Amino acid sequence: MSITLSRRQALALTAAGAAALSGTTAKADATSETLLNVSFDPTAQLYADYDTVFSAYWAKKTGVTPTLHFSHGGSGAQARAVIEGLPADVVTLALAYDIDAIAKTGLLAPNWQSRLPNNSTPYTSTIVFLVRAGNPKGIKDWGDLIKPGVQIVAPNPKTSGGARWNVLAAWAWALKANNGSQDAALAYLKAFFANVPVLDAGAHGSTLTFTQRGIGDVLVGWESDAYLSIKQAGAGKYEVVVPSLSILAEPPVAVVDKNVAVHGTTELATAYLEYLYSPEGQDVIGRNFYRPHDPVAAAKYAHQFPAIPLVTVDKDFGGWEKAQPEFFGFGGLLDQAFGQSGASFFGAS
Amino acid sequence: MSASVARAGRRFTWRQPSILPGFAPSLTLTLVWLVFIVLAPLGVMLWFTAGLGWRGFFEVITRQRVLGDLRVSLTTAFLASFVNAGFGLLVAWVLARYEFPGRRLADALVDLPFALPTAVAGIALSTLYAPDGWIGSLLAPLGIQIAFQPAGIVVAMMFISLPFIVRTVQPVIEDLEVETEEAARLMGASALQIFMRISLPAILPSLLTGFALAFARCLGEYGSIIFIAGNKPMISEIVPLLIVAQLDQFDYQGATAIGTLMLAVSFVLLLTINLLQAWVRRRHGG
Repeated sequence: MSITLSRRQALALTAAGAAALSGTTAKADATSETLLNVSFDPTAQLYADYDTVFSAYWAKKTGVTPTLHFSHGGSGAQARAVIEGLPADVVTLALAYDIDAIAKTGLLAPNWQSRLPNNSTPYTSTIVFLVRAGNPKGIKDWGDLIKPGVQIVAPNPKTSGGARWNVLAAWAWALKANNGSQDAALAYLKAFFANVPVLDAGAHGSTLTFTQRGIGDVLVGWESDAYLSIKQAGAGKYEVVVPSLSILAEPPVAVVDKNVAVHGTTELATAYLEYLYSPEGQDVIGRNFYRPHDPVAAAKYAHQFPAIPLVTVDKDFGGWEKAQPEFFGFGGLLDQAFGQSGASFFGAS
Repeated sequence: MSASVARAGRRFTWRQPSILPGFAPSLTLTLVWLVFIVLAPLGVMLWFTAGLGWRGFFEVITRQRVLGDLRVSLTTAFLASFVNAGFGLLVAWVLARYEFPGRRLADALVDLPFALPTAVAGIALSTLYAPDGWIGSLLAPLGIQIAFQPAGIVVAMMFISLPFIVRTVQPVIEDLEVETEEAARLMGASALQIFMRISLPAILPSLLTGFALAFARCLGEYGSIIFIAGNKPMISEIVPLLIVAQLDQFDYQGATAIGTLMLAVSFVLLLTINLLQAWVRRRHGG
């Protein structure tokens, strides 16, 4: 069984769960077959599909059909909800930084990222462009985005995980195009955001702005979202444009140790994430437009995923611990791109 | 005037003469209630902010982006409440003074913005006012764009704050004595004179109260605005969104510091409006 619920409903579930827990504390060490996956916006279809496949697998293996709950929202907001007590059994977020923030509260081990293969990322993605049919503005690469008259739709990097991948990818390209000049890259970022008429809070909001509201010439965002929009709109409405350079977006997954210990879901939660790496799980990943690791699935869906040179946050940006404050912190490169010096009344912080 | 002097001269005692008994328990309950519902959450916010220290607090609230967004929030909230004060007065007047088919329906419609989930309002408004929306597509040839501009924020604020003005002013208009206006008419006053010198002075205090409520509501609104505002820093980004952005980056202290600033600014503005209202009431001997 798969149930999709909003964050608000998930919080209501928390309250109900807490009430049930206080009534039957002795039940804590019994195993439960209910699982809450707290995820970020663009994965809704992926996990709706995966939950059906995993349910069938788990029912066949143990004879019990698990109840799988799913909550999605902005990656940062979701992480905060877990920190504040949303009883997530597993978190599947947009970037490692958000899971690190949860780990800092002690809800899961600091070494969480080394517990599953590939830095705990069962699937990867990248940042591509979605343009309207026929590509009327002739957008081919990052450089075309800052031409006068081009309207870019992209979410706010301060609130959206996907948007942070956007910024890093844009930065990597601008650095390369300008022989490593930081000033030129900053000027590019400035011109980029000057062409963004609407900053939505999340990647999902931006997709809706571009597809439903008809705003903008190009949507910059998750590759998976771009293909999903094409699939949902039918052929002939949008085209994917692949830039010359992009970033390997690595959305990680983790079991929330403290929560599964309380819920008695350690076994189920671990299996839920490990099965993502199985050939079946990898196939679900591929058919939902995320890039699988498994060679069979990768070959099967290779036609969806053009080979793009990809930079990575660890190699090219020194990891999230460094990149987050440098780019997205107060007075960081992003603030500078929005024309804010970072200086306050009392000088720079 | 004399009543208030008498009240001010009275000493505080636990046994105040009253028709209904139970002053002490009801005051206790009032205070407990206020502490739990109002002061406790605000106290937690201040407590979080206190962790920054004065210097840290001023460092956060004097950031360019914070001040820029505050300017956006204050100007849009003021504009929306100001326009609504005019149109809200008109709506209240029509509903209170005239009988027409569908009056009860119109009266009920006024309350809808109270009840509608703000996100629904925001999505509906942005659909209407987007360049390809019903209203947006009519305005686009004129070079006017509402959605994703600061104007969009004003539109959303006008929507959610209309009932505050209408519902504060309407009962006062209903209580106005038509006889006074008729007397003024018989004594040769023009329609404009009657409105400006007889009706408006009586309505003005309640209109100011409505304005203050609407203004406060506009400043605090989040749900409907983020859908229709462009959310560009310092241009079309409201302070509540900036607070959410801080939270999403796990900067709790920064978020509460901006919240505290917002609270202080709102408090000063509301206090000013209240003083103004008291002055108007005194001046017109209400």
